[in-house]
Amino acid sequence: MYAVCVPLVGGVILGIMSGVLGTLVLVRQQSLLGDAIAHASLPGIVLVFLMTQTVSLVWLMFGACITGIIGVICMHYVLTVARLKKDAILGIVLSVFFGIGLVLLTVVQKYALPNQSVLHRYLFGSVATLLRADLISMGVIAIVVVLSVYLLRKECVIASFDQDYARVLGYPVTYIDGIIYILLTLAISSGLHMTGVILMSTMIIAPAAAARQWTSCIQKMMWLSSFFGSCTAIIGIIVSSMFLHTPTGPCMVVTASIIVIFSMLFAPHRGLCKSWMRT
Amino acid sequence: MSMLYVHMLGIAILTSVTCTLPGVFIVLRGVSLMSDAISHAILFGIVVMFMLTSSLSSWVLMVGASLAGLLTVYSTEILIATHRVKKDAAIGLIFPFLFSVAVILISRGARNIHLDIDMVLLGELAFAPFHRLIMHSVDCGPHALWSMGFLLIINLLFIFFFYKELVLSVFDVTYMQVAGFKPLLIYYALMTLVSLTTVGAFDIVGSIVVVAMTITPAATALLWVRRMPYVLYAAVGISCITAFMGYCFAVVCDVSIAGSMALANGVLFVCVLLSGKKGGID
Repeated sequence: MYAVCVPLVGGVILGIMSGVLGTLVLVRQQSLLGDAIAHASLPGIVLVFLMTQTVSLVWLMFGACITGIIGVICMHYVLTVARLKKDAILGIVLSVFFGIGLVLLTVVQKYALPNQSVLHRYLFGSVATLLRADLISMGVIAIVVVLSVYLLRKECVIASFDQDYARVLGYPVTYIDGIIYILLTLAISSGLHMTGVILMSTMIIAPAAAARQWTSCIQKMMWLSSFFGSCTAIIGIIVSSMFLHTPTGPCMVVTASIIVIFSMLFAPHRGLCKSWMRT
Repeated sequence: MSMLYVHMLGIAILTSVTCTLPGVFIVLRGVSLMSDAISHAILFGIVVMFMLTSSLSSWVLMVGASLAGLLTVYSTEILIATHRVKKDAAIGLIFPFLFSVAVILISRGARNIHLDIDMVLLGELAFAPFHRLIMHSVDCGPHALWSMGFLLIINLLFIFFFYKELVLSVFDVTYMQVAGFKPLLIYYALMTLVSLTTVGAFDIVGSIVVVAMTITPAATALLWVRRMPYVLYAAVGISCITAFMGYCFAVVCDVSIAGSMALANGVLFVCVLLSGKKGGID
């Protein structure tokens, strides 16, 4: 029972965190930012492992956070300095940081460090090695994320919908953006070991994209996407570990995609079926 | 032994240049992340094609993979056209789905496929020279050298013949439409080219470093060159330099060649940026 409960609780925590932040990210039209941050986390994870040879989730999470934030800072800097398109900058940060991660991975292999298989689960995700102590650290991060968004709800929403208006009203938009990015990095680095580097971004966007079809109110959207996120994680974990015996990340993504497709087709107001019937 | 190093360097530079050519137009058009999407989705095509035909012939898999790349582009466009999600979310929803299905299929049924999942992600150029092309029992050199060379020629021919259309489609779609060209056709043709190139390159350098090699040299070139054909020349030059730098670094330090090439691309981009070049076309 214990072995089943720990991953499921972890999944629910992940679902709630990504649901709340995913809503903001979707509204800001920065869905692929999560992808870039997740890829940028890889060098941090490998570097921490290389230096400490720890298998402790908290330390690897810390490493992921550091390079994730460096990635965000790089993106922000290049965006303000260079006249390049945003998606090109995202792509550069994503692939170059992942390349650095690959270089470090081969260093780990060269020294044949013990326990290096722990790094493998960061590619596609696994819940097999999740411990109760890991849940506590995930829970703390989730509380920080949800509480920050709750306390700064007005600022977050206004800075996400209309940056210029928020500036005119005197809100410190740059700081609010910074806080959202830091929260996003925290959430991603705490969920990476379950979904993997490649597929983490879908856990952020898909529940929010599904929730968007059912409601236009941002608060309801956050609740709903947290709910969808938790369902996705639970179903993904159960299907992957009990039936398919495959990595966890892909199963979660397929579940999330099915929820999105269903929502897009059958949601009451925005559903495609309804608009097809009307024409 | 020395021949091996020459072959590896040749494959590295050839792959880098071949990826960069369509990359320039992708970056200019503002669809850079489509190359990320395509490089993930082609795994789906390869797996499905393998399951349908149970053939490991590289031509069959290549066709399947390119079709999957096009499927990604097409379904993303359809998703955007429904107006239910924005462009960024549409890209972020389609390719992870296809990639996940492929990973599940590989780890379930197609275990004996020569593509191990790690290989797809990480790629290994170091093994590429050992995979020889043998015709009529004559060893013609590394397979990768031939396939990338072929793709390079296709890319060059396409850009040579459709240069005017490509440039128009990047800078002024409305005018292009009025002037009687077909912007959508050129867009899909370009994406077909990207798919083909990515398919050729991804088992050499891995599906994520392909993205670095496709868009970073183009972005670096755009930082300091402002006129169109010269951007192409600069990007090709940069991709040669970064491939060479990355390869040397990898050999000296004995680390992943693909990763080092991505790193070299990043370093050169930062150097150009810090030297005060800010870019002009956007």
